Amino acid sequence: MVGFAGVRHTAAGRRRAAVRFSPLWAAAVLAAAAAACPLIYLAVRAAEADAEAWLDVLSTDTLRLLGNTAGLAAAVTAASAALAVPIAWLTERTDLPGARWWRTLCVAPLAVPSYVGSLAIIAALGPNGALQRLLEPLGVASIPELYGFWGAWLALTLFTFPYIVLVLRAGMRDMDPALEEASRSLGKGSWGTFRRVTLPQLRVPLAAGALLVALYVVSDFGAVSMMRFDTFTRAIFIRFQASIDRSTLAVLSLVLVALVLVVLAAEASQRRRGRYHRLGGGAARAARAAALGSWRRPAQGYLGLVVLLALAMPLGVLAWQFGRGIDEARTFDGLGGAVAGSLQAAALAGAAAVIAAMPIAVTAVRRAGAAAAILERLAYVGYSLPGVVVAFSLVFLSVQVLLPTWPGLYQSLAVLVFAYVVLFLPQASGAIQAALVRVQPSVEEASRSLGRGQLRTFLTVTCRLAAPGLASGFALVFLTTMKELPATLLLSPIGFDTLAWRVWDATEDAYLARAAAAGLLLILAAAAPLPLLLRQGRVPDA
Amino acid sequence: MPDGGGGTPAIEAAGLRKRFGEVEALAGAGFTVERGELAAILGPSGCGKTTALRVVAGLERADAGEVRIGGRRVAGEGAFAPPERRRIGFVTQDFSLFPHLDVGGNVAFGLAEGGWRGRLAGRLPGAGRALPARAAEMLDLVGLSGFEGRYPHELSGGEAQRVALARALAPEPEAVLMDEPFSNLDENLRASLRLEMREILKAAGTAAAFVTHDREEALSLADRIILMRAGQVEQIGTPSEAYHRPATAFAARFVGDANLLRGVREGDAAETELGRVRIFGTDAAEGAEISLLVRPDQVELRREGEGARVRVERCEYYGHDQVVHARLASGTRLDARLDTRETWQEGDEGIATVPEPAAAFAADEPIE
Repeated sequence: MVGFAGVRHTAAGRRRAAVRFSPLWAAAVLAAAAAACPLIYLAVRAAEADAEAWLDVLSTDTLRLLGNTAGLAAAVTAASAALAVPIAWLTERTDLPGARWWRTLCVAPLAVPSYVGSLAIIAALGPNGALQRLLEPLGVASIPELYGFWGAWLALTLFTFPYIVLVLRAGMRDMDPALEEASRSLGKGSWGTFRRVTLPQLRVPLAAGALLVALYVVSDFGAVSMMRFDTFTRAIFIRFQASIDRSTLAVLSLVLVALVLVVLAAEASQRRRGRYHRLGGGAARAARAAALGSWRRPAQGYLGLVVLLALAMPLGVLAWQFGRGIDEARTFDGLGGAVAGSLQAAALAGAAAVIAAMPIAVTAVRRAGAAAAILERLAYVGYSLPGVVVAFSLVFLSVQVLLPTWPGLYQSLAVLVFAYVVLFLPQASGAIQAALVRVQPSVEEASRSLGRGQLRTFLTVTCRLAAPGLASGFALVFLTTMKELPATLLLSPIGFDTLAWRVWDATEDAYLARAAAAGLLLILAAAAPLPLLLRQGRVPDA
Repeated sequence: MPDGGGGTPAIEAAGLRKRFGEVEALAGAGFTVERGELAAILGPSGCGKTTALRVVAGLERADAGEVRIGGRRVAGEGAFAPPERRRIGFVTQDFSLFPHLDVGGNVAFGLAEGGWRGRLAGRLPGAGRALPARAAEMLDLVGLSGFEGRYPHELSGGEAQRVALARALAPEPEAVLMDEPFSNLDENLRASLRLEMREILKAAGTAAAFVTHDREEALSLADRIILMRAGQVEQIGTPSEAYHRPATAFAARFVGDANLLRGVREGDAAETELGRVRIFGTDAAEGAEISLLVRPDQVELRREGEGARVRVERCEYYGHDQVVHARLASGTRLDARLDTRETWQEGDEGIATVPEPAAAFAADEPIE
């Protein structure tokens, strides 16, 4: 009897009956397969590799790359989480004055591409940078070396921590305040409640956010290139340009994929505890803000420092560089075309990624079992592959598949957008899942019993309630696409100009004013969808 | 048994079976709910009552068995109608109001005008924001006219429940099913809300079945009680039948308080520690040992006279009545529910009798 009572209340048993689409499965499998096709290509390539290629890969140099990449990912993720948890809590759950502005300012660094930010950091803190010029009159002859691990760590932390802030804040907004109130009434103080009740509930969003950051670091090409720190991506790009042997590259890429699987396994063990939708009690009430009291000033100081480093510093340095080159006409050459190209590619990628991610997210959240878990992991495959690797796989796939069958698609914008979807699908699916987890299955059942079929329920209830997730998924992909560098470099149709291209070109030929102009525009354009992110989760006005 | 004015019953379920892994939630349960009738599915935690409700609603697929709604087969013999084609209103424990819709939107949800076409029409210039007539009617029925612009988080628990009921009734279902409808409500409100809900359902004339583990809720609210145990239906009857004519020892114990006595059958009575007590309900042989379940309100307690001597151990005084906990000389406990004209105190001696027939069962039938 007792055992059965447990079964009756497991949501999994009910869920199985509530969602039984097979078109959904088909769509999810299709999307996951698309995301996985570069990996399949890699596997085939690696299988063709001869012994020499394998020996080359198993050298000590590879071990060094592995250590560098893993160390950087761990350090950036830890620092980002440490930065993000207080920010999310302060801006979402306290009486901090101007919380609205801080919310915007603390997410805005997402709009700074890591290579643009790195450029700014080098210009500010590097040798002969702004800091050194300021310190020179004070008798400081040299400042610590910036290039290498610490430079890459600083740049990646400053421009990726907002991912964790966003996911955490969405989690906090949906948390049942009654649980915290219960803890307070059980004698726990505000810190004790945060540690014992709030934080454990945030484990799923925290793990999801941390995973986004860790995978971003592993795939990052821009910051490590600028900071000259040897990780896999940089090594692969250099070899791709230099070498003809694709098999060696494929083997090297697979080592990187193995590293990513370790990250994924860590996340899975975090998540095993599963689902946290609010049980009982009708609709959620708004949470009460915690009083900061005398901690208000230190809190503002902390947020101010973060915003200064992650936002004001890169913007200021870029503006300063831009100002130095404003008189020269070539600073503005062809800027309009680059803006249009970037916006078009990013919007297409965002929409395509959300459409592809929806079935995967629904399957992952609502279908327990191995098949759903495998689908979700497959969707992460593309994201875990560095842009360089996805790009060179797709270059070869499109030569082999598209050129003979649909030559019109070969080297078209569609291939580039497809690459973006492969790369950023999990950002969309993660955001949608975070929202779907909160949609109680019983609400869908209510819709069914009121006469709406599966598809209509899915479209009018599930999608509607998950709309904040769809919006934030779109915005995340849009942002990331704007900033994307290696796939853009390798797959853009001939003559298709983007801001990223422009920054890359300009930094290559060391004309910083041109880079600064494109970089500033890139930051501004990528910041445009931020209000959408910040508005998510609101109850709409009638 | 009320016939509900003839015709096919609103709900017929027969031979329902459902397993969740190792656990058999339904083991051949069957029942009917007549038109216009309010039925309670009563049983202990884990007896399969919620699963039965979900199977009828189409939210769960039974492994075997048949469900008919308004005479139309919706499950069984290979047929399976999804929930949206069953014409069944379902009210969940937590009411499951759509958080993104206001009260009007929630109630209109199941109506044709509640869909996007309807809302689009409502947004045409000059159309205003009209609530479908049926939705307005239902809101009026549950006493929430004027609430249509509110959002679910602005409602009290009782209001949310009434909105959920209005929403379920709006598409004119054959029957409304409610899963523990009062378990999420304030204890003080329950009594009045129960009455209100009964009046609403009777006014709507819709058949309804609700699941509960609270016998008072079942007895006070339902026209008929379907008592379940371990995936099967133990007894079906009116509240009075369930209380006074329990079919099994389990039914007797679950539907009300009962004293357990042992006795030996002698014709239509039994010889017990309390003397000769008339019995019903057993086919035990003459002279066989039997169990008697005596409701506390069947016990009479006097200061003196013929009967068994008892000693009062404790007394709970409720104003309109009192429950006296006493013990027989043998040590057997005996509870009596009495009027309050006479007060009893710890240590008082009294004489107990059972003038009315008591439910009797074979002695080997498990009681708990």
